Amino acid sequence: MEFGLSEEQDLMQETVRQFINQECPPTRLHEIFNAGEGHDGRIWQGLADLGLCGLMLPEKFGGAELEVLDLALVCEELGYGAFPGPFMMHSLAGVAIAKAGSSSQQDLWLPQIANGAQVATLALGEGANGWECSEWSTEVRDGRLHGIKDFVSHAALADLILVGLSDGHFAVVETGAEGLSVESQDGIDRSRPISRVKFDGVRCEVLNESGACVQAIQDVGLALLAADAFGAASRLVDLAVEYTKTREQFGRKVAEFQAVKHQLARLALEVEPTRALFWYAAHALDHLPIEASRSVAMAKAHISERGIEAARAVVELHGGLGFTWECDVQLWFKRMMFDRTYLGTPEFLRERCANLGGL
Amino acid sequence: MDLTYSVEHEKYREEVIDFLKGWPLSGEDARLPIEEQESLFRQHGIDAGYVYRNVPREYGGAGQAPDALKDSIVREEFFRVSAPWDLLNQGAGMLVPTLLEFGTEEQKRRFIPKALTGEERWCQGYSEPGSGSDLASLQCRALRDEEHYVLNGQKIWTSNAKQAHFMFGLFRTDPAASKHAGISYLIVDMSAEGIDVRPLREMTGGSEFNEVFFNDARVPVEFRVGAEGEGWAVSRATLIHERNLIGNPNMMRDTFEDLLDLARRTQRGGQAAIKDPYVRQRLMEIEGYVRTVETSNMLQFTATLRGEPMKAMRPMMMNKLYSTDTMQRIQRCAFDLLGGEGMLAPSPEDIVGWARNTTSTGWVEAYLFSLGPAIAGGASNIQLNIIGERGYGLPRDPRPPEKS
Ligand SMILES: Cc1cc2nc3c(=O)[nH]c(=O)nc-3n(C[C@H](O)[C@H](O)[C@H](O)COP(=O)(O)OP(=O)(O)OC[C@H]3O[C@@H](n4cnc5c(N)ncnc54)[C@H](O)[C@@H]3O)c2cc1C
Repeated sequence: MEFGLSEEQDLMQETVRQFINQECPPTRLHEIFNAGEGHDGRIWQGLADLGLCGLMLPEKFGGAELEVLDLALVCEELGYGAFPGPFMMHSLAGVAIAKAGSSSQQDLWLPQIANGAQVATLALGEGANGWECSEWSTEVRDGRLHGIKDFVSHAALADLILVGLSDGHFAVVETGAEGLSVESQDGIDRSRPISRVKFDGVRCEVLNESGACVQAIQDVGLALLAADAFGAASRLVDLAVEYTKTREQFGRKVAEFQAVKHQLARLALEVEPTRALFWYAAHALDHLPIEASRSVAMAKAHISERGIEAARAVVELHGGLGFTWECDVQLWFKRMMFDRTYLGTPEFLRERCANLGGL
Repeated sequence: MDLTYSVEHEKYREEVIDFLKGWPLSGEDARLPIEEQESLFRQHGIDAGYVYRNVPREYGGAGQAPDALKDSIVREEFFRVSAPWDLLNQGAGMLVPTLLEFGTEEQKRRFIPKALTGEERWCQGYSEPGSGSDLASLQCRALRDEEHYVLNGQKIWTSNAKQAHFMFGLFRTDPAASKHAGISYLIVDMSAEGIDVRPLREMTGGSEFNEVFFNDARVPVEFRVGAEGEGWAVSRATLIHERNLIGNPNMMRDTFEDLLDLARRTQRGGQAAIKDPYVRQRLMEIEGYVRTVETSNMLQFTATLRGEPMKAMRPMMMNKLYSTDTMQRIQRCAFDLLGGEGMLAPSPEDIVGWARNTTSTGWVEAYLFSLGPAIAGGASNIQLNIIGERGYGLPRDPRPPEKS
């Protein structure tokens, strides 16, 4: 009975954090954010060199065969660093192919995904609240893919898109294919730009080896989003603590005002204990199947909601500076907006929790 | 991360479950008054090695080798069937761990066994009319007269003082010393002359806490715990035990399950309230907090087990406030579900402190009662100071100049 991280896991988080500090400090983040692509080939290669692009993939394809928790711990660090790039969706796409792809499909794609040479992403949502496949109309007819997907992260960059079908399977398309068009949606979180992608009779392959797996991949996604949101929220708390300890008004550091101190303590209180919530949820996916779907939905709903409330308070604690584009806070604020919304708002996920809990 | 138990611990759990088949009692024993049944079963539990596991045999405990996992298995299983377990009152929960750490051999032998059985009841004499959050400003005096201390002054909010045989408390033994240095930790026999206990009435309608007046009451010097002038350090240890008592995740889960039951029983707009989308949202949001209490507790437990409690320092500091906030969220929701019945007063049977809630007026009492823990043992604002200052290195509040 151990509910704690291993030395390897601690070390991995430490390594990722150092890498981000060096390669992608806030000055660089702002540049990437302003450029709008949400990507930097050099830092992507850096992640690949650390062996992170295939963290959960089988070793025979160059992966590390680790668990959801390990991937979530990396996502926590990426959230903490507001790290731009397609890492989360890329990882999920790899897991989907490993779960449901035939052996020839795996041979074809997984080595390239594991070493980061090809970038993969996911196309799931349809319309503002369409996160469940029962609400989708995207389907394969006569071997061709038809449908429209919204909020596809890094679609313009990706080599492969895994498209969720109304029957709960994934179809894989290569982005050069005919009949595919990508239209930017000008997303708020410019570290993870989003597009609407139209599939008009696009050639595709369906992942059909072990049944429908869209829901299972979404569950992994919820755990990763919870972890990312936790990381981002922790950074927001740290930013506010740092800033109020240096900013002076009325001849003192503003953190000396008890109202400010208590506001900070409340923020921290809403965020810090929830670390355990995402650990548990991620662990459940590999080890406690009966509880897993409910645990990830609850973790994502709770952490992203607490996180976005923290983000709003942190803007306020920075005064006018907090309201500017130049301030670091906005980068994490927008990270939280994405994390809170993608794969379902807290309200949507709580209704799912209620159903799964037999309420 | 591994949430399975070793074969040894699985086997241990089975033994505990097997033992618990003896509760509730049967036969002749089942006809005893409930308090006696509880004492009897608790004694069986001590003899079998499950109750007061970490208190040595010579002081009336089970004297088992330390094993925090076994502690938690026992606690879980005893809670599951509501069997009498370690008493969580001021005596067994606060005095005993303090004496084990700081007491003399004499004191341990004299006081621990009867505190464990509950035969001798205890109260905690810290707060005074002028000294609550700023406890170290306390004024109640205990001046040395040869082999005694002579007590004069007043304590207040002293829970259970009316029923208590003894008090442990803080008293100023050296009025000339600086604020913290002049304080000693004393044990007071409540039957001594010169002690007057006057019950106060709480907002719940109950009467648990009291005022205690000392008028030349005498305490033998052997009843001092720790050195003279070191009472502050001794009391810090007790306070940690008090906060641990407040943040119990099993109670939180049970109360949340009771809330779900209430939502199932309550009718709203022609259907059970639990089917109402707004109620469902609220319940699931609250469960997010309850799950956080539970999982964070596991995280802290493992960090402690590994000898790395510093790694969980922040969540540990947050426990008290997080738990009392969560409990109050549950109670607010219950109060709303009660509708008009929320205007009813609790009946005397409802006024029992924490309990499983099954009746409307029981919930009303719990709604009121949930404020108590938010104030006692360090009010919420004080917790926020601790989190900010010790957890995140924020500046300390400005200190007023010391009074001379
Ligand atoms: C149900 C219950 C049982 C109790 N049982 C016992 C018992 O058995 N034995 C015992 O000794 N005591 C007991 N107490 C007393 C309890 O410990 C005190 O009430 C508590 O420490 C607060 O002290 P106070 O009541 O004097 O409030 P005060 O200290 O006067 O506080 C009043 C308000 O001011 C705020 N405040 C105070 N200082 C600060 C600060 N520095 N910064 C910001 N805000 C501040 C507080 O948060 C509070 O909101 C009990 C209390 C309750 C409610």
